[in-house]
Order: sequence, then C-alpha cells, then structure tokens
Amino acid sequence: MSSELIDRLQFAFTVTFHYLFPQLTMGLALLIVVLKTVALKTHDETWNRAAKFWGRIFAINFVFGVVTGIPMEFEFGTNWAQFSRVSGGVIGQPLAMEGVFSFFLESAFLGLFLYGENRLSKALHWFSAVMVFIGSWISGFFIIMTDAWMQHPVAYTHAPGGQFELTSFWGLLTNPWGLRQYAHNMTGAVVTGAFVMAAVGAFYLLDGRHREFGQIFVKVGVIAGLISTILIIFPTGDMAGKYVARNQPAAIAAMEGLFRSQTGAGIVLVGQPNEQTGHIDNPIVVNDMLSFLIYGTTKAEVAGLDQFPRKDWPTAQPLLFYAYHIMAGLGTWFVLLMVVAAFLLWRERLYNARWALWALLLSFPLPYIANTAGWLTAELGRQPWLIYGLMRTSQGYSSMVSAGNGLFTLLGFMGLYALLSLLFTVLMYREINRGPAAMAHAAAEHTA
Amino acid sequence: MMGFVWFWLVAIMIVGYVVLDGFDLGVGVLHLFLTRNESERRATLGSIGPVWDGNEVWLLAGGGTLYFAFPLLYASAFSGFYLPLMIVLWLLVLRGVSLELRSHLDLGVWRALLDGVFGLASALLCIFFGAAFANVLRGVSLQPDGYFFLPLWTNWLPGTYPGVLDWYTVIGGLVALVALMQHGALWLTVKTSGELEQRARRVVTPLWFLLVALTVISLFATIYVRPANLDNYFNYPATFIVPVGVAAALAAIWFWNRRMQPLKAFLASASYLFLMLAGGVWGLYPDLLPATTGAANSITINRAISGPYTLSVGLIWWSLGMALAVAYIVFVYTRFRGKTGPGAANGHGAAS
Ligand code: HDD
Ligand code: HEM
Ligand code: HEM
Repeated sequence: MSSELIDRLQFAFTVTFHYLFPQLTMGLALLIVVLKTVALKTHDETWNRAAKFWGRIFAINFVFGVVTGIPMEFEFGTNWAQFSRVSGGVIGQPLAMEGVFSFFLESAFLGLFLYGENRLSKALHWFSAVMVFIGSWISGFFIIMTDAWMQHPVAYTHAPGGQFELTSFWGLLTNPWGLRQYAHNMTGAVVTGAFVMAAVGAFYLLDGRHREFGQIFVKVGVIAGLISTILIIFPTGDMAGKYVARNQPAAIAAMEGLFRSQTGAGIVLVGQPNEQTGHIDNPIVVNDMLSFLIYGTTKAEVAGLDQFPRKDWPTAQPLLFYAYHIMAGLGTWFVLLMVVAAFLLWRERLYNARWALWALLLSFPLPYIANTAGWLTAELGRQPWLIYGLMRTSQGYSSMVSAGNGLFTLLGFMGLYALLSLLFTVLMYREINRGPAAMAHAAAEHTA
Repeated sequence: MMGFVWFWLVAIMIVGYVVLDGFDLGVGVLHLFLTRNESERRATLGSIGPVWDGNEVWLLAGGGTLYFAFPLLYASAFSGFYLPLMIVLWLLVLRGVSLELRSHLDLGVWRALLDGVFGLASALLCIFFGAAFANVLRGVSLQPDGYFFLPLWTNWLPGTYPGVLDWYTVIGGLVALVALMQHGALWLTVKTSGELEQRARRVVTPLWFLLVALTVISLFATIYVRPANLDNYFNYPATFIVPVGVAAALAAIWFWNRRMQPLKAFLASASYLFLMLAGGVWGLYPDLLPATTGAANSITINRAISGPYTLSVGLIWWSLGMALAVAYIVFVYTRFRGKTGPGAANGHGAAS
C-alpha cells in the first residue's frame, strides 16, 4: 500500500466517523431550541423535560464529536503536509475561525445549558440553548467553507513560493459552492435529528412507556422531518446537482454513470456501471430526465466521461455512482415516509398506527447512511484533485511519513474507534432506556 | 512586524492552553492519589467537568491559528512529529471519553478502570506536551526542503539526528508533569473544601521542591543543549527579567500556599507556566523551529509566514473572536464560581 492511499483511507475513515456525531448534534440543537421555546411559551414542564432528555443525548454525541474532531484538525498537518503548506494561508483561515468563533461559544454555553439550569433564569437557560445551536451551526459553516474551497477554489492568487494566497476574505466566506453546500448539508443534519427524535418517540409509543414524551417526540420529529426531507431534495439537492454539473462536469458524469455524451441524457435509477465496457449493466432509465434536471430542457447535451482523459476521471467511479444513488434513493424514501406520517399525524391516527411507528423506528439509521453517502459523493467526485483544478491528491500527502507509520496509525484509529462505537452504543441504549421521566427523579435526589 | 505580532499571538494561545487545560490535566493525574472515596472523587472531577472541553478548545484554536499564520511550520512540525502527535490525539480521545463516561455509567468496577485510564492519559499528556516543547527548544533534524521526520527515540542523546525522546526532552516532560500536577493541586485548593482541600494543599509542598529542582536542571540543560537560546537574552539584557520572574513566581506559590490564599497561589502557578513558556519562546525568536542540521535549515518566522493580506484580515477577526471567547469564558467561570461541595457530581443531570 502506498502512503498516499493510506493517508486517504485514514482521512476518509476518521472524518466519516467524526461526522456521525455532528450531524445529529447540529440537527438536535435546532430541535432542542424548538422544545425549549414551547416550554418557555406554554410553561409546560413536560416540554422542558423533553428538552432536558435530548440535552443528555446531545451531550453524549457532543463529547464523541469533540474527541473525534480533534484528530481531524491535526490530520491536515500530519497526513496532508504538502497540501497544508501551500494552502494554509487560505483554508487555515476558516478552520481557525471555526475554533475561535464557534468552539469557544459552543463549549461555554453547552456547559451552562447542561449544568446551569438551577443557576440561571428560565429565559437565560433558553438563551444558552439558542447559543449552543448557533455555535454548532457556525461550526458547520466554517468547515463547509473550508471544504468548499477545495471543491471550488475562489479568492486566491499564486504566491512566488508556490503557495496560494488569499485575495478576498469576503470572497472566501461567500464561495457560491459553499453556500449551496451549506444549505444542503445543514438540512441533512436536520433530517438526521428529526428521524432520530421520531424514532425514539415511536419506540416509546410502541413499547407503551413514557407515552406523553413519545407523542411529543413523534410530533416534533415528523413535522421537522417532513420539512427537511422536502428541502433536502428541492431546492437544496437540486441546486447542488446543477452546480456540480456546471463546475465539475467529470464528477457529474461519473455520479450519473454517463459514459458517453448525450443530448437528452436519461437518468439511471438502477444499474451497475461497468468500467470495462463503458456501459451500465441492468439499467432502468428515465429518458431525457438528466438533461432536464441539469439544464431545464430535455434536449440539452450532457458531457459524458468520454469527454475527459482517463487521468481526469474520478478515481473510484463505481463507488461514486453508488454513493450518489444511495443518497438520492434514500432521499426519495424519506419524503414518502414523512408525507404518510404527517398525514396520519394530521388525522390524529399516527400514535396508534403501529406499522407507521415501526417504519419510523426502523428508518433511523438511514439518514446516517444518506449523509455519509453524500459526503462520499462530494469527496470522491473531487478526485483526482485535492484542490479542484489546482493540486492533485498525489501532490498533497505527507511524503515524509512512511506507509508503515501511516498504516500503524490507521489501524490504531480503527481499534480505538471500534471501542468508541461500543461505548457509544451502550451509552445511548442506557439513556434511551432510562427515558425522560426517570430524570425528574435523578434531579430531585440531588437537590434533596 | 506582522511576523512578530503573530509569533506572540500563537504563543499566547499556547500559553492559554497550558494554563487552562493544564489544571485539568493535573487534576486528572492527582485524583488517583488524592481522593479517598467516591464522593471526594466526584468533587474533584466535578471541579473540572464543566470546563475541560472549553479548555481544550485553546489547543484547537491555537492549532488553527498556527495553521493559517505559519503554514510551513504547521505542515512541517505536524508531519515530522507524526507518531507522537497521533499518540497525543489518541490520549486526548481516551481522556475525554473516560471523564464523560464515568458520569453516565454506574458500573462499580468499570468506574475504577475509567478513572485509571483518565489518570494515566492525563499523566502521559503532560509528559508528551513537555517533551514536545523541549523538542522545539532543542531543534529537530530539518532538511533543506523544510521537512523532517523524527522516530520516537534513537539513542536518547540530543544530537544532529535525535529522536522525540532523549534525556533532554524527558527532563522537559518531567518538568511539565510536576508543574501541572502542582497547578492541578492548587486548583483543587481553590475549588474544594474540607479534608480534600487540606490534602491538596499538603501535596503541593513535595511537588514544589521537585519543581524547583527540575526547573533549575532544565534551565542549565537547555543552555547546554542549545546555547543559542541565550542569544536574545544577551542582546536584550533587560529580558533576564523573565527567569527572575520564574523564580519570583515559584516563591509566590510557596508563600501563598502557606498563607492559605489558594487563588493567589493558583495565579502564581499560572504565572510560572506563562513565564517558563514565554522565556523559552523568547530564546527561539525569530526561529519557530530550529534545525539541528545547521541554522540555514531552521524554520524562521519569515520563511513560514503567510501573505500580508491573510494576516491583516486575520488580525481583525482574531481580535474580535478572542474578545468574544474571553467574554464567554469569564461568564461561565463566574457562573460556576465557588467551591464544589463533596456531594456535587460531575454528571450532567446530576449536577443540576
Ligand atoms: C440526509 C441526507 C441527504 C439526502 C437525503 C440527500 N443528500 Fe445530497 N448530500 C448530503 C446529504 C443528503 C450531504 C451529506 O449533506 C452532502 C455531502 C456534501 C454536502 O455538502 O452535502 C450531499 C451532497 C450532495 C451532492 C454533491 C455535492 C458535491 O459534489 O459537492 C449532490 C449533487 C447532492 N447532494 C444532491 C442530492 C439530491 C439530488 C438529493 C435528492 C434526492 C440528495 N442530495 C439527497
Ligand atoms: C476535516 C474536517 C473536520 C474537521 C477538521 C473538524 C474539526 C472538529 C473539531 C476539532 C471538533 C471539536 C470541537 C470542540 O472541541 O468543541 C469538531 C466538532 C464538531 N464538528 Fe467537526 N470537523 C470536521 C468535519 C466536520 C463537518 C463536515 C461538520 C459539519 C458540517 C462538522 C461539524 C462539527 C460540529 C457541529 C462540532 C461540534 C461538536 C459536535 O457537535 O459533535 N465537522 N470538529
Ligand atoms: C463529514 C464529512 C466528510 C466526509 C464523510 C468526507 C469523506 C471523505 C472521503 C471519503 C475522502 C477520501 C476520498 C478519496 O480518497 O478518494 C475524503 C478525503 C478528504 N477530505 Fe473529506 N469528507 C468530509 C468532510 C471534509 C471536510 C469538511 C474537509 C475539509 C475541510 C475535507 C477534506 C478532505 C481532505 C483534505 C481529504 C484528503 C484528500 C483526498 O483524498 O482528496 N473533508 N473525505
């Protein structure tokens, strides 16, 4: 194995694992604000306790997000030294801003939110929940802007030493690619938060425990789920696709499995790309659809992979194709599920419709899969470029770190994260099993 | 000019990290020895529960600041110290998780394991951070292209091709371990009461003697290993005030601890850490990372610095952001002012 491959695998593995946690915390942060706001408005203690329960879930996820996030920040230097050296003046900026503007804020107010309820007025406690929400969403913003610069570099010039230098701070922070990506990605985080909340609610209702809370969770989860699953397809997903097609044409061709350029290109719903023959095996295709989705007319020409030299093809084309189709396929399922659930909720039948509750319960892992597949799409589509059009991935890794050392740490991360997954599962199980009602007890004991 | 400013801004963030995360690292090491029962352990860990994560942010923000202000240094040092850095990352993961878990899981014997992991990871982190700083003071085997790669150890001698650990950097690690244990003990005298507080106060005495001895040894060792670290001092003799200040800070720790003025003793310890780091960093200036392979290979400020535009917009948002950050931190510390009683737990729900 080459060190380049190991560096890529290590980065991909650690960041994918990391993102399992922030996608929930960013989504939940919003939903906790909703719960807290209702509690503040109605003085209903149940909603407050519901918020507190999710605060505990949030806290566990937050800790795992923090400990897996710290390695990410340093891996730019350890594993991508040559990349960091030339681009640090540009992307080091949003990364540092993430630390300075959001992590301080988030950690300070999370401490207040979790430990300070008795020391703060109701309004201040609500405020600390809002600040946690803002902090986590700012964090997402800066990290997306960092990634967006690699996808679509803007606001830079070449300095004499081979580095990239920033020319417009504002340009960097309003990178049009990044703004689209941010809208889509944050909606994805809300999808995860909503599905998890609805699933826990469905679990309580099916199990006949904590019915009061189960209903709140299902209601908030389904409403947030309906809104976010629609938004994730339209307009945000649609915008993302159009932008990729215009700016990374080789990536969209690979995502869609379009080997040959076509006018009136169709969209492949199912099939297996066969790189040897340059065809999709076993295809199910909707004619003209791709041209329409990208250019708004069924007759437009879409560039296929044949337009690009082989060395510019995304390196893992089939995986890219599947990742993209998994994301989009799941997106369709999400809308179907949430429309039905919302309908039942409106007709006041959802809390007793066991089959629908089961569907909600069992669907909770799917947004994680969709979000991960989405990131695979984005990052594999960028290949073989590390900074699109400017620097190849093969030019960016730490060449002085040997493959042996890299493999050692990759294995180390795998072992450590396997342990973390186990602990996380136990913790979540315990917390959900204990439920929101039990917490009133725990708190009472301690104030006693 | 910009180089000078950012050099010190990065240094301040590192000092901020050491002073703040330093006490929770020290508490992490000490809690294994100082506490006699579960409720004392909870009081001890409860004193750092709400703040350790915020303290660690200084490391991240400092790392990020280093990244954009001195990209070459970030790239070179982080890949060159690849293995020790990865080990530090793993220790940080274990430490964070073990502290948080103990408050969620009531599983008797497992709790002892988590406490052990937490203590051990804290101790190793102190040693690694001290050794890291000593590596920078000693210099590394930089190549003309600005990169290097250090194995964990070679023959334990600081030469042209040293390892991360040699006798000199081990001394650095020990200084950090003892200094942060003392820092943590002083924090406990501020935040706890009763027997625990007294025990923490008593443990300062032996640590203090050890620290004085190690400080003197490390000073001479540094001059022996890299005499050039004295150049700035001789060029600007007024700056000998820094080592004098170190001595004064040590004396003040002793004095205030005896006088039972825990907060003053704690602040004296913070000054000690600040002055030790500042003194070392001043010896380096204008190098960021000296080379053992000849001064021409050293990474200097001018060689590593980002473009002027990056640095000047950086200065604006950095000042704004750090002002906000300090405001939040002050806000949180004043909300959690006062002692944590023996019953106060570090658990989330439980603390309310
Ligand atoms: C719940 C998760 C989820 C769902 C259901 C969808 N997406 Fe997505 N998608 C993401 C979560 C996501 C993501 C994880 O958030 C990504 C990765 C990078 C990013 O910013 O967003 C992403 C990236 C991403 C990209 C790649 C952008 C790039 O290359 O940088 C495209 C083209 C789409 N999405 C399009 C869609 C379409 C057309 C969908 C609808 C059917 C869709 N996504 C559903
Ligand atoms: C290379 C990529 C990434 C790096 C370097 C990185 C870095 C970090 C670090 C250092 C932390 C810990 C912060 C703390 O101590 O409070 C963290 C947490 C977090 N990260 Fe990441 N991260 C990356 C990817 C992402 C992505 C893609 C997102 C979302 C869009 C994200 C969102 C968050 C959030 C919201 C937190 C707060 C903790 C939590 O909620 O779990 N990160 N990240
Ligand atoms: C949470 C979301 C993310 C996921 C799941 C993800 C996934 C991946 C994957 C799968 C790769 C490997 C691609 C390959 O080797 O072919 C990769 C590479 C990489 N990603 Fe991401 N990524 C995420 C966010 C980010 C962010 C926010 C940044 C930048 C700040 C980033 C920067 C990189 C870098 C530097 C590489 C290595 C170079 C490369 O292989 O192109 N990633 N990521």
